[in-house]
Amino acid sequence: MAKTMFEKIWDNHIIHQEEGKPSILYIDLHLVHEVTSPQAFEGLRLAGRKVRRPDLTFATMDHNVPTKDRFNIKDPISKQQVDTLTKNCQDFGVKLYDLNTVDQGVVHVMGPELGLTQPGKTIVCGDSHTSTHGAFGALAFGIGTSEVEHVLATQCLQQAKPKTMEVHIKGKRKPGVSAKDIILGVISKFGTAFATGYVIEYTGEAIRDLTMEERMTICNMSIEAGARAGMIAPDEKTFEYLRGREYAPQDYDRAVEEWKKLLTDEGAEYDARVEFDADELVPQVTWGTSPGMGRDVTDVVPSPADFSTENDRKAAEKALEYMGLTPGTKMTDITINRVFIGSCTNGRIEDLRKAAAVVKGYTVHSNVEAIVVPGSGRVKLQAEKEGLDKIFVEAGFEWRDAGCSMCLAMNPDVLNPGDRCASTSNRNFEGRQGRGGRTHLVSPEMAAAAAIKGHFVDVRDWEFKEEAVTA
Amino acid sequence: MDKFIKHSGIVAPVDRVNVDTDAIIPKQFLKRIERTGFGQFLFYEWRFLEDGVTPNEGFEMNKERYNGASVLISRANFGCGSSREHAPWAIMDYGFKVVIAPSYADIFYNNCFKNGILPIKLSEEQVEELFQRTAQHEGYQLHVDLENKVLRDDHGMEIQFDLDEHRRQFLLQGLDDIGLTLQHEDKISAYEAKQAAKLA
Repeated sequence: MAKTMFEKIWDNHIIHQEEGKPSILYIDLHLVHEVTSPQAFEGLRLAGRKVRRPDLTFATMDHNVPTKDRFNIKDPISKQQVDTLTKNCQDFGVKLYDLNTVDQGVVHVMGPELGLTQPGKTIVCGDSHTSTHGAFGALAFGIGTSEVEHVLATQCLQQAKPKTMEVHIKGKRKPGVSAKDIILGVISKFGTAFATGYVIEYTGEAIRDLTMEERMTICNMSIEAGARAGMIAPDEKTFEYLRGREYAPQDYDRAVEEWKKLLTDEGAEYDARVEFDADELVPQVTWGTSPGMGRDVTDVVPSPADFSTENDRKAAEKALEYMGLTPGTKMTDITINRVFIGSCTNGRIEDLRKAAAVVKGYTVHSNVEAIVVPGSGRVKLQAEKEGLDKIFVEAGFEWRDAGCSMCLAMNPDVLNPGDRCASTSNRNFEGRQGRGGRTHLVSPEMAAAAAIKGHFVDVRDWEFKEEAVTA
Repeated sequence: MDKFIKHSGIVAPVDRVNVDTDAIIPKQFLKRIERTGFGQFLFYEWRFLEDGVTPNEGFEMNKERYNGASVLISRANFGCGSSREHAPWAIMDYGFKVVIAPSYADIFYNNCFKNGILPIKLSEEQVEELFQRTAQHEGYQLHVDLENKVLRDDHGMEIQFDLDEHRRQFLLQGLDDIGLTLQHEDKISAYEAKQAAKLA
């Protein structure tokens, strides 16, 4: 029978199934960070259990770590959480990439860099943005702490089989339109819950055209569409990306042959399908407090009256009030005073290159405080090798160390009440980046341009001062 | 885990769609390494004014009539966003045993069962009716009977709700799912042996 990629991976990992019960699914890779793991390790201790497969378990610290003076964690509770991870990894024999290693970074940047993320794997982490790893043709999803404990103890999870959805992105995007704009556009069009209960497979010309890092940006925000996971079929780009990485398979050619078998069979059916056109897409800016509240940069802030249901009108009203925005304001008239470039969505080297190309030769607007936070120690090193750090610093950005930083503001990088931020992260929820802080989600290019101008601009019209920065 | 069979309690409303887990429990409280003590921070930025201690009178749940509430009603896509299990921990620690909404984000929904919280899905119309009744009757209570999957109030309303049978049994019996999985230890080991052989 013709199968989708998801079904093949699912079937390959079934340990046990029974009518009317969730399946027991084997997990190939478990990524762990400091925030969602302490209670899980404690649970193991209380039950006298071990980590079943420490060799399939990899940890890093990312959420709490300061991005400057990083070894000096001033908040004692943050420090305790980081120290607890260190102790748990020692006690249970789990490999930890701590602040002393160049591989430390946002867990979803680190996994692919190390080559841990591979096609066909089942990958979990106590973090909703685990969907990122689906860019490689893996089945990757976020879990809660009880499930983290379950995987630590059994290397398995009990899972009801999700449904499948094809999100077909057709056409070719125009210059200045990024992968971030595609996923923001999709979520704005179809809503933040359109894929709840589904695993998405992204298909279409616009997806095949994306680099691996761009694919990660797309899959990363699948959770913002409500999806259990997002995946993209592996191809030559995937195989090239992983070749030679530390944890890439020894017999690489044989692995590639296996990976090629994962592709969705011709004639296989998805439970649902939606289509999105990349041809006409323009850069996106969110105006509200849910990732689905986004619009074209060429558009204006909507009015609650534009929405068809009472609940949506009320939500828009609350969002506009929180965001301090007036309906009808041009997106390009919204002024910002903070910029955050980084996160598991847009903290990779290509993101920094694109932002640096915009910034080169310009100065950050006098009202704006802007930071660049590389997704990992390796991204930072590579950027410095290319001189990107100098471009940012000369323009007036702060160049920081790796971590989750202001995406969720668990570390000292926090918005003040009333601050308005152009952010390359994934969530614009109330208070996400700091109480009273106002977040507008955009691509790295759009964030960089906003940092220079002090308000949003259509980056398609940007005057690049010099040739784009090349690798 | 404690068994969940029946529950009666006062209903409190949070009248918003897309209530995300950042709103349920903001990040600054995720640093604790215990599972308990999160209730004091539930809906922190809505419940308290900027000083973090003065109750926000504009937040419905703060009204005296909802003191001691143990059934939470809200709107669609409840629990979206971050996978943090601190969200159900906070809901539970505050005293809620039941959440009612038209729909939930997957991870949050799943996390509830792991902690003995019953998340009930009703239609938009039924939830709207509950909001109205909650507003209408001070001290409005609901009686949840998980054995029969029935929800009743003291004013003649009776709603049959749907729930996956495995999840229902999980709560009714207060099961330990790690223990359940480990019953298949032989199959897990066999799978691992097969995988190792493939790589050899």
